[in-house]
Amino acid sequence: MKLGVLIKDGPYMHQAMDSAYNFITAALEMGQEVEVFLYNDGVYNTCNFMDPPRDERHIANLLAELQTKGVRMVVCVAAGKRRGIVTNTVCSAGEISGLGQLLELCITSDRLVTF
Amino acid sequence: MEEQEKTKVMFLCRKAPYGTIFEQEAIEAMVMFGAYEQDISVTFMDDGVFSLKKGQDPSLLGKKNFSKTYMILKDDFEISHLYVEKESLEERGLTEDDLITEVEILDRGALRKKMDEMKAFIPF
Repeated sequence: MKLGVLIKDGPYMHQAMDSAYNFITAALEMGQEVEVFLYNDGVYNTCNFMDPPRDERHIANLLAELQTKGVRMVVCVAAGKRRGIVTNTVCSAGEISGLGQLLELCITSDRLVTF
Repeated sequence: MEEQEKTKVMFLCRKAPYGTIFEQEAIEAMVMFGAYEQDISVTFMDDGVFSLKKGQDPSLLGKKNFSKTYMILKDDFEISHLYVEKESLEERGLTEDDLITEVEILDRGALRKKMDEMKAFIPF
């Protein structure tokens, strides 16, 4: 099964990315394929300059971990530009692309799950 | 080429306009989705119904009047249906006459049936 995951909230202020991370990790353990699209404030999760206190979870690093497990993470270019998440501020796990990718994900995934 | 079945996607607009960026970014996504020749519909429910109210003037907020976009979406961008939940209108003291554009008003049960047909939802 291919799962599309749409993330619409930013890091730390909201639980969305954390819940999505747990969901994706569990799905991968079950052998499912996952692709992520980050929209609205969700693009902030890929900010390369986040530097939380060391004893806290590091959300951009969690994304990097998902990437090493084969999860593609697309960052909306329009939402990103508005918020300063562009080529030189996005973390290496994030791939900047257009909203067409979200529709592609609607078409190609078996389920789209929004956080 | 074999004609592929269109994917049914529904946008859910549940937030009042202007206070957040949700409506604006939802419209951006609707415009983009409309270009891909799929079956795209939009549902306004909860405070989202305020997005369609007549007489909006957000110029003092430095924002565009997005309510005018929905007619264009339907006419020029291949958005197939604009649905409004009847109960959401009633709970807010609104009627069809308060709305800026022609929409299909459905009660919760009918809307739920439409939702059952969808492949994916994009909630805002």
